[in-house]
Amino acid sequence: MAHTSAGATAVSGAHGHDHGHEHAHPTPGTYAKIGLVLFVLTALEVGLYEATYGEHAGAAGQNLQPFFVPLLLLLSAAKFALVAAFYMHLKNDSKLFTTVFVFPIIIAAIVIVSLVVLMAYHMAFSRAG
Amino acid sequence: MTAHAHADAHALAPAHDATSTGLDSRKLAIWTFIGSECMFFASLISNFLVHKGKSLVGPLPHEAWTDPATKQVFEPIIEIKLVTMGTALLLFSSLFVVLALYGAQKGNRKMLLGWLGATIMCGLFFVGMQVYEFTHFVHKGLTLSRNLFGGSFFVLTGFHGTHVTLGVIWLITMFILAFRGKITPEKAVNLEIAALYWHFVDVVWIVIFPVVYLMK
Repeated sequence: MAHTSAGATAVSGAHGHDHGHEHAHPTPGTYAKIGLVLFVLTALEVGLYEATYGEHAGAAGQNLQPFFVPLLLLLSAAKFALVAAFYMHLKNDSKLFTTVFVFPIIIAAIVIVSLVVLMAYHMAFSRAG
Repeated sequence: MTAHAHADAHALAPAHDATSTGLDSRKLAIWTFIGSECMFFASLISNFLVHKGKSLVGPLPHEAWTDPATKQVFEPIIEIKLVTMGTALLLFSSLFVVLALYGAQKGNRKMLLGWLGATIMCGLFFVGMQVYEFTHFVHKGLTLSRNLFGGSFFVLTGFHGTHVTLGVIWLITMFILAFRGKITPEKAVNLEIAALYWHFVDVVWIVIFPVVYLMK
């Protein structure tokens, strides 16, 4: 069936999808498994915080400090990607939706990094006189 | 296109009018809105990060601070346990709303109403958690104008909380429509759009939680 035909376009799915890109949505079992992974990743984030800066974090906590922020960002990015891919159905939906979502995120990330670097440079320059 | 495929096209009722992209324009609109919201929250997160650790007076998020004039001690203000619970609730609500959507798409009214109700409850608990947290912080001396942490914290989490509140109101209207039997499998895309917004407020919190509460 020609996906580009007008007829095919009109059928674009009872669930509002582009049939040219559509696959079945995940099952409740898959959703539950993703939910469990998200819960575990959140527990790991808090566990990492407790191990690094918590009341009982000892010398091992100090060793973890250089890796704390990168690990936290990695866990956060994994959770973000899982929700976007499975719960927001970007994995199965049209690539146009992914583009419309990811492009602003790239700009947003550039804005955040640029401002943080700019302000850090500004502060260092101010201190140096 | 074959005659058979043409017959199929008529057998399946389209959920939306024909568009040049072949996609539902309402879904494209909500994704575009979500894209613009990403940049909105990026500006607030940038604001929080560039002012992080630059407060001249307490209360501070992770350290105690003593006022040199009055010798009053301000304890660290962040309560990780409370916010972790709120985070878990928001994550669970994302799971619940996709299960509600699955129920809507399959025409399972009981599943739709049950999981949508659970999503709304999680959203309400999260908003309640944030109201409690804000009140608690104000009682501990942290206000919008007290220091740079207070200003950037209340603006960032306050705007997120407003988004969650609007999401809860949207989901409640969806629940009322579903209760009246107006969320049929053909109209499940209406719930899908509300669910996309709800997932968005969840992913924003996924970023806010480590940046604001965990990073020292």
